[in-house]
Amino acid sequence: MHQTAPPARIDESAFRREVRAWLADNAAEYREARAWPEAELVARSLAWQKRKAEAGFGLITEPPGLGGRDGTAAMASIFAEEEARYHTPTFTGLGIAFGMALPTIRKHGAPEQYRRFAEPTIKGEAAWCQLFSEPSAGSDLAGLRTRAVRDGERWIVNGQKVWSSWAHHARFGILLARTDPTVVKHQGLTFFVLDMRTPGIEVRPIRQISGKSDFNETFLTDVVIPDANRIGAEGEGWACAMTVLMNERHGASERASVSHDSVENLLRAALAAGRLDSSSVRSKLAQWWVEEQGLKNFGLRIRAALERGETPPPAVAMMKLVSATKMQQTNAFLMDLGEYGGLFSEPDRPEQEQVFFQYIWSSAMMIAGGADEILRNQLAERVLGMPSEPRMDKVPFNELPGIKSS
Amino acid sequence: MPSYISAGWRVRGGSGKLDLHFGDELKQLQEEVRRLLTERVSANLLRRLISEDEGYDPALWRTAAELGLLGAAVPEQYGGSGLGERAVCAIAEEMGRAVAPLPFFSSICLAAEAIKLAGAPAQKSAWLPRLASGEAIGTFAWQEGLGPPETDVDARFENGRISGVKSPVPDALLADVAVVVCEGPRLALADLSKGVRREPLRGFDQLRSHAKLVFENTPAEAMDVPDPKDALRRLYDRAAIYAAFEQLGAAESAMFMARDYTLQRYTFGRQLASYQAVKHNLANILVMVELARSNALYAAAALEADAPDLGAAAATARLAATRAYETAARENLQLHGGVGFTWEADCHFHYRRARLLALSLGSPAIWENRLIEALTKKNAAAA
Repeated sequence: MHQTAPPARIDESAFRREVRAWLADNAAEYREARAWPEAELVARSLAWQKRKAEAGFGLITEPPGLGGRDGTAAMASIFAEEEARYHTPTFTGLGIAFGMALPTIRKHGAPEQYRRFAEPTIKGEAAWCQLFSEPSAGSDLAGLRTRAVRDGERWIVNGQKVWSSWAHHARFGILLARTDPTVVKHQGLTFFVLDMRTPGIEVRPIRQISGKSDFNETFLTDVVIPDANRIGAEGEGWACAMTVLMNERHGASERASVSHDSVENLLRAALAAGRLDSSSVRSKLAQWWVEEQGLKNFGLRIRAALERGETPPPAVAMMKLVSATKMQQTNAFLMDLGEYGGLFSEPDRPEQEQVFFQYIWSSAMMIAGGADEILRNQLAERVLGMPSEPRMDKVPFNELPGIKSS
Repeated sequence: MPSYISAGWRVRGGSGKLDLHFGDELKQLQEEVRRLLTERVSANLLRRLISEDEGYDPALWRTAAELGLLGAAVPEQYGGSGLGERAVCAIAEEMGRAVAPLPFFSSICLAAEAIKLAGAPAQKSAWLPRLASGEAIGTFAWQEGLGPPETDVDARFENGRISGVKSPVPDALLADVAVVVCEGPRLALADLSKGVRREPLRGFDQLRSHAKLVFENTPAEAMDVPDPKDALRRLYDRAAIYAAFEQLGAAESAMFMARDYTLQRYTFGRQLASYQAVKHNLANILVMVELARSNALYAAAALEADAPDLGAAAATARLAATRAYETAARENLQLHGGVGFTWEADCHFHYRRARLLALSLGSPAIWENRLIEALTKKNAAAA
C-alpha cells in the first residue's frame, strides 16, 4: 500500500481500539472545548501529560520507563488523531517541549542529556520556553548578542531575550548564546538548556496587541549554566537552532483540522449566513480548501519521508507560509459574513471571540519562526537552488557595523 | 527544449531525485518516459509542428505504443498492461512536462477511460486493444460550442444514428473513434471512418489540434450504461486527475525554465535569479506546485482505491494544478523579459497550453462549484 493512499493507516484496529477506550475512560471531561484561565490551563496541561505518561502515551516512541511504549511513529499518529477528537488541554510550553526542545536535544545532545531532560518533560513535570530572539536579532537571529563566557565547568550568561513564549511557566529554556565574538557570526553560537529557576533570570511580560501577554522579555544577569547543559559542541549552536526552527515551521502548520476556521466550518458558517450562493464566496472557500487539503497531503508526504528515515525537506518552510496567510484570510471572512455586526461578540455568539483572537494571532504567525520573506528566501535558495542574498556580514561578529562601536 | 530536472524535493545542481511515493516500478516507468520525451520532443520539433499546422508526431506515438505507455491502465484481457491508474498519472505528468505532441490525453485519458467506464463488453473488446496498441486513436466529444460542458446538449442519438455538431473536439482530425455525449444524456460510440464530417478549428493552443465533428444521421453504437449521468461524472473526475498530473508536470517544467533562465541572465552585474523579487516570485510558484503535487498524489491514490471522496479529491487536484500551471506559465514568460515574447524563447508553448488545460475539462469556476457541491453534500450527510 502506498503511503499517500487514503486508507494508509497501519495496523490500526487493535491499537486504535485501545487508544479509544483509554481516552473514553480518561478524557471524558474534555469532550467539549473550554477556555481556562491561564494558570489552570497550565496546571491541567501538565496533569494531562502526566496521565498520558502513566499509561504509556506520554511520548509513544519512547520506552516505558520514559512514559512511552516503544511504539512506532504510525502509532503516535493514531494516538494524535484520536486525541484530536477531544479538547484536551495543552499550551505552548508543551508544544515547545515536544515540538522543538526534545527533538533537538535528541539530535545534537548526548543520550544522557536527552534522558535527563526528556524524563521530567514526558512525565508532565516540565514545560519549556525558547530563548532565541533578541531586540536586535529577529529574522537575523545569528546576529544575537547574549554572551556566554566559559568559567571552568560552567558558563556565565548575560543578555536580553524577547518573544519568549510562556517563559513565566517554563521549567527549562532552550537558549542560544554567543560564545565566541571573534568569528563569523553563525560560527560563534552555542546551544544550552537553561534551568529557569537559576538566579539572575528576570521574566517580564510583554503586552501584545491581543491584550494578552503570552510573550516575555527575559533578562539574564550573570546567570550560571553548568557545562553539562551545553547541547552539542561549542560553536555548533547554529546547527541546533536550525533543527529547532525546522521543527517549529513544520509544527506551526499542524493545527488540528477541526478548528473553527477549517473550511468545513467556513462552509457551514456561509450556509447559515445565506451566502453560499455567492460565486465569490464559493471561489474563496474552494481556494482555502485547496490549501488546507494541500497542506494536509503535503504533511502526509513529509510524514512518509520521515518514516523512511529522511530528514524533513527544506520545502516544509512552505507550510507555515500557507497556513498563516490562510488563517488571516479565513478569520477575516468569518467577520465579513456578519458584516458590521461581525465585529462584535454577543452572548449568543461567543465563538466570535475566537475569530478575533485568531485574526490577531495570524499576524504573529507570519513572523514567528521565520518571517514570510525569510521563508520565501529559503524556498528559493534551498529548494530551487537560487543564489543567496548578498551578505555584508561575513566578517568576525565583533567587527560588524553596529557591534564594533557598542 | 532544455531538459529540466527532477520533481524531487531537492533540485539544486541538477542531481535531483524523483520522490513520488509511487513505488519503484512507477518511478522507473516515469523516468523512462521522461528520458524518451526529453530526447524526442525538442523545441525545434514543436516549432516545426506549429508552422506545419500539425499537432502530432506519429513516429513518437508509435514508440510510445511500443513501450506500452498507451495501455498502462487498460486491463490485460483487453491488451493493456494493467499497471493501473497511477501509471497513467505518471505518464501524463511527463507528457505535460514535455508538452508532448501526442493525442495521449484524448485517446487514453478520455476515450479509453470512457469505454472502460461505459462500454459494452463487445465495445471494449473491439476498441480497447486497438487504443492500447496505438493502432487506433480515440477521442471524446462532449462540448457544443461556447459555454460550460454538458449544458444544452443538442446532439441526438436515435435508432443507432447520431445527428448534431460537436465542437471543439480534441484530436478529432486524427481520431478513429469517438465517445459522443448526446441528449439525455446518452453516450454513443462512433466509428469516425463512417460518414462523419470533420472541420478543422483554429485554436489558441496550436500544438493540440481540435476539430468540429458534424454528424448527419451517422451510424453509431449505443453505450448503454444504466446511469449515463453517473458515468459521465466519474469520467470527468478521472480525467480531471490525469489532467492535474499533466498540468503539474508542465507547471514544474515552466518553473524550472524560469529558474534556469534567471540563473543564466545577468543584469546590473548580478544574476537575475539573485534578486529577491525574482526569488520570491519563484518561491510562490514552488508553493503552488507543491500544493498541487500533494493534492494530485492524494487524488491518484483516491482514484486507484475508488475512494468515496473521489469527486472532492479530483476537483481539489484540478483546481490546485490549474492555478499552479497558469501562474508558472505566465510568470515564466515575464521572467524571460522581452526575450520571452520571441518565438525562439519557447515560453509560448506553456503560455498557450496552460490556458487549454485550464478550460478543456471546464473552467476553474465550474470545478469550484463541483467542489462546493461535494462538500455541501458531505456536510448535509454529516448533519
